[in-house]
Amino acid sequence: MTSESYPCPLPGGAAAREYALSFDKGRAVRMLVVPALFDEANKLRHLTVEVMRRLHGAGIDCFLPDLPGTNESLRDLAGVELEDWRMAVEAAARHFGATHLLALRGGGLLVPGGLPGWLYAPVKGASLLKTMLRARILASREAGLEETSEALLERGLEQGLELAGFILSGEMIRQLQAAMPAGDARLTVIEQDLVEGRPLWLRAEPDHDPAQADALAAIVSLGCKA
Amino acid sequence: MRSDTDRKLRRILSDVLGLTEDQVEELTPDTGLFGHLPELDSMAVAGLFTEMEDRLGISIDDDEIDADLLETYGALLAFAEAKREAA
Repeated sequence: MTSESYPCPLPGGAAAREYALSFDKGRAVRMLVVPALFDEANKLRHLTVEVMRRLHGAGIDCFLPDLPGTNESLRDLAGVELEDWRMAVEAAARHFGATHLLALRGGGLLVPGGLPGWLYAPVKGASLLKTMLRARILASREAGLEETSEALLERGLEQGLELAGFILSGEMIRQLQAAMPAGDARLTVIEQDLVEGRPLWLRAEPDHDPAQADALAAIVSLGCKA
Repeated sequence: MRSDTDRKLRRILSDVLGLTEDQVEELTPDTGLFGHLPELDSMAVAGLFTEMEDRLGISIDDDEIDADLLETYGALLAFAEAKREAA
């Protein structure tokens, strides 16, 4: 496993370097792994990397790009839109010469057209937003402050909003409201029932389950050989 | 004999809290939830209610979510049963 970088487009046409975790042996199957988003990205990071290790063991190169404004990125998340993430994923797919992709949860909102692959437990942007708004309302209430989804959304769309520790731009919120998982016929949905075990993104305390990493990697690597 | 709501709610709590099968079976109406479970932060509680909406086919207003609801397993189950009857 090495840390590589890829040229990620900036608004206005320039490009910044963003990191990507990489298992690259120049093999025929090259899997772009699109991470889950926001809090779920943290909860699923361990599973994601463990799946990559297994795919690497099965003879598949894989690449996990940092999205602008997350992980090691120097970009300020407050100025990032969902569309920037889509462009970043597309740029990473091009740079690493991806032949397939595996998107986890909200990562399914970002996948570029044209690549075959898998969407693990895809989720609508509106559902992610709803849960984060609810978490904020609950936290505020504990602090003695009453807020409503409607008022928060209105303010958020206008001037951005901090949700679950992430500062989201108005455009990020607007685009999330409408974002749907990719519906390409070359993409296969893997629901949690198929992987078995309890969904790790829901877990109050981040946890890992090697059996789920085994199952996901097996589904994907068998599919690549089919 | 457990109701469908009871079974589904146990499963949701087990997903959020990472409970084992045995721990899930041991939940009684008096089992304390919020306040007894330090790991249940606002993001986890929000996720819990969103999952309840999705898996129980109900809709929950943000103002309906309060600490009393999460005081015990029995209180949360009664809320979910009432919601499903009204749906």
